[in-house]
Amino acid sequence: MTALRKLFSFNGGIKPEPHKAASTVEPIAVAPLPARLVVPLWQSTGAAALPLVQAGDRVLKGQRIGAADGGLSVAVHAPTSGTVLQIGPQPMAHPSGLLAPAIVLAADGEERWADLEPVNVAGTPPDALRDLLRDAGIVGLGGAVFPSHQKLRPGPHGTRTLIINGAECEPFITCDDMLMRERAAGILRGAALMKHILQAREIVIGIEDNKPEALAAMQAAAGSEAEVVAVPTRYPAGGAKQLIRVLTGIEVPHGRRSTDYGVQCFNVGTAFAVHQALDLGRPLISRVVTIAGNVARPRNYDVLIGTAMREVVALAGPQPDTDRYIMGGPMMGLPMPDFDAPVVKATNAILASSPALFPPAPPEQPCIRCGDCARACPADLQPLELYWFSRARNFGKAQEYHLFDCIECGCCAYVCPAHIPLVDYYRYAKSEVWAHEREKEAADAARQRFEFRNFRQEREESEKAAKLAARNAAAAAAARASADKPLPTGEPADAAPSSTEDKKKALIAAALARAQAQPAAAPPRNTDNLSADTQAEIAAIETRRQQVSPPAGDDAGETSATSAAAPGTADKKALIAAAMARAQAQQAAAPPRNTDKLSPATQAEIAAIEARRQQAASLPPAPPEPPK
Amino acid sequence: MMYSPFLRPAPGVRGVMLTVLLALLPGIATYAWQFGAGILVNLLLASCAAMAAEAAMLRLRGRAAGLALGDLSAVVTAWLVALSLPPLVPWWLTVLAVLIAIVAAKHLYGGLGQNPFNPAMAAYCAMMVAYPALMSQWPAPGQLDFSAQLDLILGGARNIDAISSATALDALRTGLRAPGATVDALRQTPPFGFLGGSGWEWVGAAYLLGGLALLARRVITWHMPLAFLLTLAAVSGTAWLIQPAQFAPPWFHIVSGGALLAAFFIITDPVSGATTPRGKLIFGAGIALVAWLIRSFGAYPEGLAFAVLLLNICVPLIDMKTQPPVFGHRGGESP
Repeated sequence: MTALRKLFSFNGGIKPEPHKAASTVEPIAVAPLPARLVVPLWQSTGAAALPLVQAGDRVLKGQRIGAADGGLSVAVHAPTSGTVLQIGPQPMAHPSGLLAPAIVLAADGEERWADLEPVNVAGTPPDALRDLLRDAGIVGLGGAVFPSHQKLRPGPHGTRTLIINGAECEPFITCDDMLMRERAAGILRGAALMKHILQAREIVIGIEDNKPEALAAMQAAAGSEAEVVAVPTRYPAGGAKQLIRVLTGIEVPHGRRSTDYGVQCFNVGTAFAVHQALDLGRPLISRVVTIAGNVARPRNYDVLIGTAMREVVALAGPQPDTDRYIMGGPMMGLPMPDFDAPVVKATNAILASSPALFPPAPPEQPCIRCGDCARACPADLQPLELYWFSRARNFGKAQEYHLFDCIECGCCAYVCPAHIPLVDYYRYAKSEVWAHEREKEAADAARQRFEFRNFRQEREESEKAAKLAARNAAAAAAARASADKPLPTGEPADAAPSSTEDKKKALIAAALARAQAQPAAAPPRNTDNLSADTQAEIAAIETRRQQVSPPAGDDAGETSATSAAAPGTADKKALIAAAMARAQAQQAAAPPRNTDKLSPATQAEIAAIEARRQQAASLPPAPPEPPK
Repeated sequence: MMYSPFLRPAPGVRGVMLTVLLALLPGIATYAWQFGAGILVNLLLASCAAMAAEAAMLRLRGRAAGLALGDLSAVVTAWLVALSLPPLVPWWLTVLAVLIAIVAAKHLYGGLGQNPFNPAMAAYCAMMVAYPALMSQWPAPGQLDFSAQLDLILGGARNIDAISSATALDALRTGLRAPGATVDALRQTPPFGFLGGSGWEWVGAAYLLGGLALLARRVITWHMPLAFLLTLAAVSGTAWLIQPAQFAPPWFHIVSGGALLAAFFIITDPVSGATTPRGKLIFGAGIALVAWLIRSFGAYPEGLAFAVLLLNICVPLIDMKTQPPVFGHRGGESP
């Protein structure tokens, strides 16, 4: 279905050389099975997976070897059958070169699949489908690797549009292009499944207009199920927020979910992975990776997650002056610490880099405030202001100027005539802000601990002091008591009795004081939470009791209502009151009698019987009727 | 290690400055054609002085000289200084002005990118205040041959009367002080041409050409020149419509003095100007308004330089108050 959709545009953006033709000549090839695979447990936004296997275990292809840890986490799977060599720190596909826990597999070469269970989507509730996707390890394959099941929750006002992102705006990268050309039906099927889970009303597929083959293939596969829209080629049109803007006109601000605005956006690769997971039961164990840059034969490969980058790039024939790999494209890609980092779910491309292809950045010159960066910024930021604030370590001001709305697309640094590595400044500022927040959180926790410790110590001190004071007061009281007795020796009743007898007295007095204090602090009685009728009953009992043991003296009766009158009348009145209370409570709490819904005639009959009975009851008791 | 983006195709500061210099060439050529080649001597003098001052200051500040000298920003400043001064000022005045621009207005504030004031305009104002007589000696078109010009520039002899034909703005200003004088009557006198000052109209047109080239190459944006020229036309046009005898028409203001040079080459200095789109409009309009006020009511015939400096002071405030809305924060509906 060709689009007659009204397209919107975003400000800024750039038009770099695409460099896409070379890697789209040959179809996607399957990369050969490596002997050793390194499957990092942490491959997606959120928490790392928890390992389910141990060193020495035999695993099957597609077997879950790491379980999702919490809501924002997904499972990882064995990319092939083999043996777990070890679970331990391995180099990450990250510029830091840090090690992270990973499961190292030795492939047995048999590629034996675990039992795969296709899902009956129609008969499975959405929550269960989301759990299935989590356990199939589905994450956003556009590069952000956000757990997809978390994005598949309908928004508060429902989801109108499901956007499938086939824009692929970064230079060199063609994995989505080739996937759309070759596996359009699978992508559409995955999109339909996601539409079902999201309860979305329409599917719109956005593809940059420099991919006519992909557009044609997707249009042919889409039929009337989805709208395939050619969007103008301008980097970063493939940014989720930019594509949502272009296709719907909606701007999703930083920190808001797009489902709040009734849209959700997934990469075409993710859609295909969802189709594989639900229709075939196949978890995410491989992905299409573009190998390009300084290589002889740029091409796309279907690569098992965990394959060493060096082995994949070797297929494309890297040139001898290759000095480094870049994971991703030249605008937002990450320089890899070495050639042996594993292919992970985020690896959409590996670019072999050389000083000739990507020359070192020219020396940084002073900012002349030309504003080219502001004109190029797709987030409508003022990058030059952010640069000045970041440089001056004025991070509060940088946040005020929307530092965190920066998507790090690199347009500003691309156009900067002074060759300032602007994005580096923003990454630095962001990391400083995060570090500051972590420090603040840690400091807050420490302060709370400290304050509680002070509080606890003070409480203990005051309790001790109170005990001591009570003891002293009791001792003083005891001393006074003893002083009241006429002492034969005429000894003055001093506050600190010294004799052993006095000490004993003081202790007894203290014990008494404690005993008196206890009832005041006693927990609520179990009679406090009773129902109205039970309480009424108890009140009646209490009244009876008081009647049995009348108030001790006349002086006590002045204020008490029950004992205001003479004891005899008070008894009767109390009994009557109690009986009435009981009766009222019973009536209130009694279930409706089966006589309530009878016809007037029957009720009249019953009333007559009742009257007769009461009459009979007033007579001397009749002999019991014999059982029939 | 280099991080993304790995593509950095931008031409560099040198590329930007070179484009500005090239865009000035039509104006310079017309200038030399109308008023003699003396201006070329001034430009050369100014360029040499600027490069020497730049190198010395970089050395004093302990900065690597190579890249900073090569960025040509000092040459742009030098050319703007030379084109702003009267073409026949003595050589030392040109050198002094350039020194003030490079040393005081630029490097004492921290060098390229840090100066709050437009260096060329700061220098112009300093000279205007210090040497008002020399700064008001403008030649008429074709008045002096090249050797006479060289004599005036390099030699000490100054026959003031030979060159003191006032500019159109100056003539208008002094002429209007006489009782009964009208703008129309004054514009029949020699300093005036078709629209503005005799000869300057052509130079202005050439500046306009160069400015359009800068716009086409996206070195500058349309905001500042358009806001400046429109505001100048609006305020001068309003006054002229109300009192045509006392106020010059808008086209006269636009083609006279340094208006067209300023519109495209001076107020558009990115370092000392506003950076936001709305800020640029305010900045350009503000300069035009202040310049017209000074021209019409002030103590100087040409108020552009002072107007630029005044608005330079306002830039931080203008930028702060005109930050454009960020993507997703346009104050629209939020569910």
